[in-house]
Amino acid sequence: MEKDQYKGWLYLLPAALFLAVFLVYPLVDVFVYSTEEGYNFASQTSFGTGLYNFSYVLHDPYFLQAVKNTFIMVVITVPLSTGIALLISVGLCSIEPLRKLFQTVYFLPYVTNTLAVGLVFMVLFKKTAYSDGLVNLLINAFGGESVDFIDGPHAAKMFVMCLYIIWVVMPFKILLLTSAISSVNPNYYNAARVDGTSPFRIFYKITLPMISPTLFYLIITGFIGAFKEYSNAVALFGTDLNAAGMNTIVGYVYDMLYGDSGGYPSYASAAAIILFTIVLTITYLNLTISKKHTYY
Amino acid sequence: MRVLLDKLTKIFPNRNKKAGGEVVAVDHFCFEIPDGELVGLLGPSGCGKSTALFMICGLQKPTEGKIFFGEQDVTGLPPEERGVGIVFQNYALYPHLSVLQNITFPLENLKGADKLTKEQMKEKAYEAAKLVQIEELMERKPNELSGGQQQRVAIARALVKRPKVLLLDEPLSNLDARLRLQTREEIRRIQQETGITTIFVTHDQEEAMSITDRIVVMKDGKVHQIGKPQEVYDDPVDLFVAKFLGTPPINIFDGRVKSGRLIIGEEEVLDVKGAGDRDVTIGIRPEGFILDEKGALSCNLSRVEVMGRDVSVISTHENCQGGTLRSIIQAENKVDLSKKKVRFSLKKNKVFLFDKESGERI
Repeated sequence: MEKDQYKGWLYLLPAALFLAVFLVYPLVDVFVYSTEEGYNFASQTSFGTGLYNFSYVLHDPYFLQAVKNTFIMVVITVPLSTGIALLISVGLCSIEPLRKLFQTVYFLPYVTNTLAVGLVFMVLFKKTAYSDGLVNLLINAFGGESVDFIDGPHAAKMFVMCLYIIWVVMPFKILLLTSAISSVNPNYYNAARVDGTSPFRIFYKITLPMISPTLFYLIITGFIGAFKEYSNAVALFGTDLNAAGMNTIVGYVYDMLYGDSGGYPSYASAAAIILFTIVLTITYLNLTISKKHTYY
Repeated sequence: MRVLLDKLTKIFPNRNKKAGGEVVAVDHFCFEIPDGELVGLLGPSGCGKSTALFMICGLQKPTEGKIFFGEQDVTGLPPEERGVGIVFQNYALYPHLSVLQNITFPLENLKGADKLTKEQMKEKAYEAAKLVQIEELMERKPNELSGGQQQRVAIARALVKRPKVLLLDEPLSNLDARLRLQTREEIRRIQQETGITTIFVTHDQEEAMSITDRIVVMKDGKVHQIGKPQEVYDDPVDLFVAKFLGTPPINIFDGRVKSGRLIIGEEEVLDVKGAGDRDVTIGIRPEGFILDEKGALSCNLSRVEVMGRDVSVISTHENCQGGTLRSIIQAENKVDLSKKKVRFSLKKNKVFLFDKESGERI
């Protein structure tokens, strides 16, 4: 038995080493950086340890803007994308002809490159010298004023941003939800039908509880993914997100490290730790709630 | 409630579209089930018995034919308007609901004038639970119950709305042997207590024979024989029914009839007056053999299995299909194991003759 245990550890060693070097060490390092005040990257020296980095980051208007943006994105995109994905999945599962075709269509965004999708959104929303973008043409056709979605008011930009995120994250959710829905044993539906259960009640009382593990998985990973939002913002608004007022927390971390005003790993680490704390709290809350509502 | 099936037919398109054609799952099923009877639909798997059940239930629409409950034609009615309760093979208990919630689920769907208060629902649920003896389990979840208990919950859920017809799809197939015996008695008791017309589907002939008032033997969508279990056993209409019913199974011989005598191999074994000269397939029930030193049928003795109450004699005969035959004789009869041969005479009412080609009873 003892010997077998050593063997087990031996087999785990390569993976454990890899994780230690590329995951555990950087993680610890981030904590260390975040408490080192006045850290100089070139000379690898610091004045001392303390919480000044956190204080700086929390008072930085760019960071506060990034936190605000991130929270707006999370609050809007997670419920909407999950809800719409659920509706589409239920629809997909209840149609027989063309189901495969629709499934493919809905899955396409997942395999499409983010930047290519960004280009499409530009065509739809960006104002150029020649056109105000397709959406503005539509607005004009209904008698509205053109809105500058890319360089205009914050709300307009946020609208495009959220639309874009929802569009990008939905395919994966639809994929998982359709498979979850179609794996519900049809006998439950038969039993419910014999009892004269209305379709809404069947959905609410049978389908929803049955797919709740998948649903909660999507909500939890959805929250985490939305908090880590960055590349989609770049695809739409370019790399200077602070100027566009559309920066996210991860974007802020990146800017602090490599941006034009960058070179402050301590501030970046502090921001990363704050993000980590937020995500940890939200995930813990999610798990607590999901435990109450899933049936196993 | 009397149930009448009139030329009930279900045709499925072939799954493999290239092969074309269609599968006739149920073929012109005519049957009248008197009020309050327990009827077993019996047949090998894939014979269309479950399809027939689902049509009676309303989950599948018949291609042809009509279904009557009493005087009412219910062919076009959806399941919830037929007043049926069904127990599925895997019970289909909702895993996220407690036993009580599972049983009250059908009641919560009632609308308008039938709508019940929470108290009434609970009362009815406990009534049904009492019938199947699961009152102590009401707060449990289905996965905390044994197979037999789940079965009872499923029956309670099917009964709680007081259906006119109760349908059971392979109700015992998920239970172990001992529980099966117990549960089938239980089903019989519940059926007799409630007096609900009950139809149940099974591929197990023993199950069907033991508790039903009437059995329907089906094969390939066609009804072969309908009757009281004992009648069907004693008087099968064809080779399939004879082979399908009875454990141990019937022994089949190749033989012929010549001038009123039945001949197996070279031996004249029985008088069969009235049958014309022809080749026949002979079915002899295991209990149809009498150990008799002067018996007409001689077989090569292989071994003897002592069962206590009676004895199985396993022997071989070259004209027996499958080579070996099994006969059951009273334990008092001593078989001389030193001899290589054993001789039997036959009980006439346990010997059935079938047409060699069609398998029809002669």
